Amino acid sequence: MAEIIQQEQQKGGKRRAKKHAPHIDMTPMVDLMCLLIVFFMLTTAFSKAKIMDIILPEKIKDPTKQEAPKISASRTTNILLGPDNKVYVYPGSVKPEEFSANPPILPPLTVTDFSADGIRRILLDRNRALFKKINDFNAEVISGRIPISQDSAKSIVAQLKKDDDTGPIVLIKAHKLANYGNFVDILDEMNICGIARYTFVKIAWYEELMVERAAGISSTATASAR
Amino acid sequence: MPKIKLPTNSPHIDMTPMVDLFSVVLIFLMLTTTMRQPEPANVDTPFSISETPLPDFNTMTFLLAPDGRVFMNFDNGPDTILKYRPKILAAMGERYGIEFTDKELRTFEKQKSSMGIPINQMKQFLNARDNTERDALQVGIPIDSADNQLSFWILAARQINPNIKASIKGDSKTSFETVEKVLDILQDRNVHRFNLITSLEAVKINLEEIQQ
Repeated sequence: MAEIIQQEQQKGGKRRAKKHAPHIDMTPMVDLMCLLIVFFMLTTAFSKAKIMDIILPEKIKDPTKQEAPKISASRTTNILLGPDNKVYVYPGSVKPEEFSANPPILPPLTVTDFSADGIRRILLDRNRALFKKINDFNAEVISGRIPISQDSAKSIVAQLKKDDDTGPIVLIKAHKLANYGNFVDILDEMNICGIARYTFVKIAWYEELMVERAAGISSTATASAR
Repeated sequence: MPKIKLPTNSPHIDMTPMVDLFSVVLIFLMLTTTMRQPEPANVDTPFSISETPLPDFNTMTFLLAPDGRVFMNFDNGPDTILKYRPKILAAMGERYGIEFTDKELRTFEKQKSSMGIPINQMKQFLNARDNTERDALQVGIPIDSADNQLSFWILAARQINPNIKASIKGDSKTSFETVEKVLDILQDRNVHRFNLITSLEAVKINLEEIQQ
């Protein structure tokens, strides 16, 4: 409509060049940009992958020269990762001859899982003193009662863990029917529960059998490994 | 009296601000983007509460697929200026008596996704015409004790770049048998400290609830 009126006005006088700039239809440009933005948003890896640090014990290559480090049996908690996302926990230690004895002398094996009421409760029950210390410290840092930078807060927590001498020493062992997710989950539980001392060790053949008996699966695979 | 005719054509919307905004977002995304590398196997990493980000360089990543194949990658794809990738391949070739040409070494440098190729098929892989042909060759790096090529890849990587750190990226469904083998090989090569790649998940626990 506006164009027509303009033409009428121009009829009488001299033909002048149009004053205002011509409209450019931007719709295709907007369309294209939308597509590009959607493309970039979908292909961009916004969240960078996170990592979890783990240190394995050194392998004992020559059993005659090196001895396995001795740890107190009363503080030891063994966690066996089993098939079907199950976790088996037993305290202390088992010797092969105790397992082979008739009847076998075995510590109580608790079956649990990765839920908050499962393994986490067991670990927190044993680690309550240290967990409370770390928790109280973190709460005070967050509320601002202790003015401290995040890095030094981390090192203080590490020191708290180092000084701890009541919490459990956790040995994590995985049956070969467990999966990698279980392994990461259990290490994650160690971080959540603030366990000061834990490590991953190779499962012993009798522990494999204990898991298999508790899970009710045949042990043909392990017999050959023995 | 004639009726007043309303204009029938649609009003013009000025799209300039919209275009401006889109340009800004687009330029931002183009500059910040790091392309997700297509991996030879689909891997869903497990979740953890860890918040440390993955370093961009000096890493070797072991990709453990749920079907038991093992892949390896250096520096998460884009190579650093020091060009470790072709050097590592050359060192591997030397060990297995395979001579790689400059062109093959350059192709290996450009490969950004993880590779899981037995060394005797590496030449075929590098001279493949397209990616579908390449993917067919990705059968995983042999990790058996009889033909433990992964162990030598680790050795070569650590000889070329002494600062390299190991990371493990596994699917949550990967059987522990595979993981254990890889951990064993790492321990044999005296790599005791490494990273597990996970996705972030928030967990909150209530002390009072547990102490009841």
